[in-house]
Amino acid sequence: MERTTLDLWVGIFVVGGIAALVVLALKVGNLSTYNMSETYQLQAHFTNVGGLKPTASVRSSGVLVGRVSTITLDSQRYEARVTMSIDKRYQFPKDTIATILTSGLLGEQYIGLMPGGDDQMLQNGEEFKKTQSAVVLEDLIGKFFTMSADKK
Amino acid sequence: MAIVSSLRGTGKRVVNAVWRLGYGTRFFLMTLFYSGMSFRRFRLTVREIFFSGVMSLIIILVSGTFVGMVLGLQGYETLKRYGSESALGSLVALSLVRELGPVLAALLFASRAGSAMTAEIGLMKATEQIAAMELMAVNPIARVVAPRFWAGVISMPLLAALFSALGVFGGYVVGVVNIGVDEGSFWSQMQAAVDFRQDILNGVIKSVVFGFVVTAIALFEGYDAPPTAEGVSGATTRTVVQSSLAILMLDFILTALMFRGD
Repeated sequence: MERTTLDLWVGIFVVGGIAALVVLALKVGNLSTYNMSETYQLQAHFTNVGGLKPTASVRSSGVLVGRVSTITLDSQRYEARVTMSIDKRYQFPKDTIATILTSGLLGEQYIGLMPGGDDQMLQNGEEFKKTQSAVVLEDLIGKFFTMSADKK
Repeated sequence: MAIVSSLRGTGKRVVNAVWRLGYGTRFFLMTLFYSGMSFRRFRLTVREIFFSGVMSLIIILVSGTFVGMVLGLQGYETLKRYGSESALGSLVALSLVRELGPVLAALLFASRAGSAMTAEIGLMKATEQIAAMELMAVNPIARVVAPRFWAGVISMPLLAALFSALGVFGGYVVGVVNIGVDEGSFWSQMQAAVDFRQDILNGVIKSVVFGFVVTAIALFEGYDAPPTAEGVSGATTRTVVQSSLAILMLDFILTALMFRGD
């Protein structure tokens, strides 16, 4: 069996096609952002997570520092327990406040971290003690109406 | 009398269509059954990948680039109205990866490679090469049909991926280089919107299905063509028409199955 130029062309074609798939996966898709360097887990309890979803981003001062991994209901406290994986490069003080925020008026929701001034840093598996839940539009409207009713 | 004869004609056509469908299904199953040779003697398949895949490269690459460029231009004009030009990247990438890549690549593949397959096999039959093979105890389905089938199935997803990648590149050239959309938001919005499993993998599955359907139709039409000049030309036309219709209809069904409710 001899090698021919035909084989070379088919080889080029197959390599090119697979390269295109890899480009699509890494450059166009977000496969590369999934495997962030090394991470550690932190938890937070919220009374209401609103529209927060797994893989939502965790940001501090607008910089992406991690992603939400799971959202479950804590059946003891009847609150949402959110677990997030944070990049190992970033450490946060124990009194950091975790808030659920919305990017833009109609954008998706993410968790914002506001670092406090504690000397101790949060370790793997620990929990944010201070949290602020998502703003639910219905609650806001409800509060507005009760407020205007009180005034009369 | 006119009514009776037209009724008779319709009935004949329906019976004929059902007959052909059954024959086509049997032909397809035979192709799968005798596929062993196309992998044992992989040379045969490689040769066909060259003729159907590599020879379609130019048309796929050029049309992919231009489709991406048009998407970039039109998408920009529309998005500008809502002040969200930064979403151009996700618009170009999503429409290419989900729909336009697999569908347009398959349509081009059907007219470039599918028609050639039909004409080749039809002519082999008209010049009695197929009959000669049978006489020499060579199974024509294993020797001629199956390698072409697997070559089409292998080539199609690679061509669709190349089409999408070149399309994204075309959209980038028009959107970022020419018009001046911000490069960072172009790529980051794209990466935020395109999911690997949901969008890219489903696009690949689509193109594999289209590869199956297009080559199966092309090979059957060629094998079933009447052994005349007229018969071969008619079969080639039918290949392009039927595979284009099949691609567009299947695309709707696949899209409905893949992207429903999320």
